[in-house]
Amino acid sequence: MGSERYSFSLTTFSPSGKLVQIEYALAAVASGAPSIGIKAANGVVLATENKHKSILYEEHALHKVEAITDHIGMVYSGMGPDYRQLVKRARKMAQQYYLVYGERIRTCQLVQRVAAVMQEYTQSGGVRPFGVSLLICGWDEDKPALYQCDPSGAYFAWKATAMGKNFVNGKTFLEKRYSEDLEVDDAVHTAILTLKESFEGQITADNIEVGICDSTGFRALDSATVKDYLANIP
Amino acid sequence: MFHQNKKQETTEIAYNGGAVVAMKGKDCVAIAADRRFGVNQGQTVATDFDKVFEMGPQLYCGLPGLATDTLTVRDRLKFRLNLYELREGRKMSPNVFCSMLSNLLYERRFGPYFVEPVVAGLKPKTYEPFVCNMDLIGCMNEPEDFVVGGTCSDQLYGMCEALWEPDLSPDDLFETISQALVNACDRDAISGWGATVHIIQNNGKIDMFGEAAYSCVLRPLSLQPAGEKDKITTRNVKTRMD
Repeated sequence: MGSERYSFSLTTFSPSGKLVQIEYALAAVASGAPSIGIKAANGVVLATENKHKSILYEEHALHKVEAITDHIGMVYSGMGPDYRQLVKRARKMAQQYYLVYGERIRTCQLVQRVAAVMQEYTQSGGVRPFGVSLLICGWDEDKPALYQCDPSGAYFAWKATAMGKNFVNGKTFLEKRYSEDLEVDDAVHTAILTLKESFEGQITADNIEVGICDSTGFRALDSATVKDYLANIP
Repeated sequence: MFHQNKKQETTEIAYNGGAVVAMKGKDCVAIAADRRFGVNQGQTVATDFDKVFEMGPQLYCGLPGLATDTLTVRDRLKFRLNLYELREGRKMSPNVFCSMLSNLLYERRFGPYFVEPVVAGLKPKTYEPFVCNMDLIGCMNEPEDFVVGGTCSDQLYGMCEALWEPDLSPDDLFETISQALVNACDRDAISGWGATVHIIQNNGKIDMFGEAAYSCVLRPLSLQPAGEKDKITTRNVKTRMD
């Protein structure tokens, strides 16, 4: 009984001080496909699983790693449709910023604004929280940036992190592997290895996605490039 | 010319009168404005009306035009500037300031503020001189030499074309901009009655309002390095009062 009584209205605290719907949203994230973010000395890497249930599925037609501007990219764990909504909002906010200030938005500013949207959905009527956590990476002037945004509207700056299924193991793995002076190529390697830790089946260039952000901007890697990275993995 | 129509009825932009000019020098920039506040051509109400406002350590903005809009635009600019600086935890650069101002003006595209802004400042990090002006709906112009605004902009253009030369030292720049403004105002009935000139120089200490202040991420402004103020020389210039 207990928790069910408070789980319908988003805006009602449970006696223990929790908002149960947000906990459920986090549960949706934790059962979603894993995604990894690693900040390197000269860039940032995003990686995620994109596994298909059927051999009939058309690969490389839809993407999980999306560009928001030339210099900011995003990936998610959780619910795909919710993610698309946030991508749309993030792109619009980035363009609005550029329109007003004539300067591209800083990653931390975009993260703040996306987080504000996510927070709004924990306090408004007739809505539910987003069922996604986001990893947002960017390049600001001469520094890489990596942030995580949760359904509650909380956001974190990471050197490296994992989200989604098995994220606890992923984080432990990254804690062992991470070093400050990592190059982007090493970071891609580490990201794929982290995915591999919990991957069921064989990793191929067709069932993972990788995005890189460095001084030249953000780009999602094509499968041929991912294949090259996979060649170095035992 | 949209300042006055044939019947000599003053338009909004020429109701109070005023002139602003900004010039680039070598590692310095100057902005100057007259101080008259009048009503039509008949009455001069005040001779201490400032049209140039400090918007940052190395950033000044002149707003000649309808006096009520001068004050309103000044306040609304400061409002947006303060919010930006708190949100981003850093100072606003002149380019961003101009984009923001242009955006503010274009929001009132079909019922504009009657001001012709002139912006002068030094760019962060490089301390490169920056001048920019725009029309009342925010169409930006960013030339290499000088910008003008207000009711005697034609006269100012003439004076600036004649007097300005590249790489003027701060002292020479002061002389040039003062002469340009004073002599242009003498050929305009609704500008003049004294002038204010600001010369903006970098004081040579790179760390001050440099990298840290313009690029810091989420750090309160109060924690930013506060060195000596930049070298800003402000002088009041006497002009003809007839």
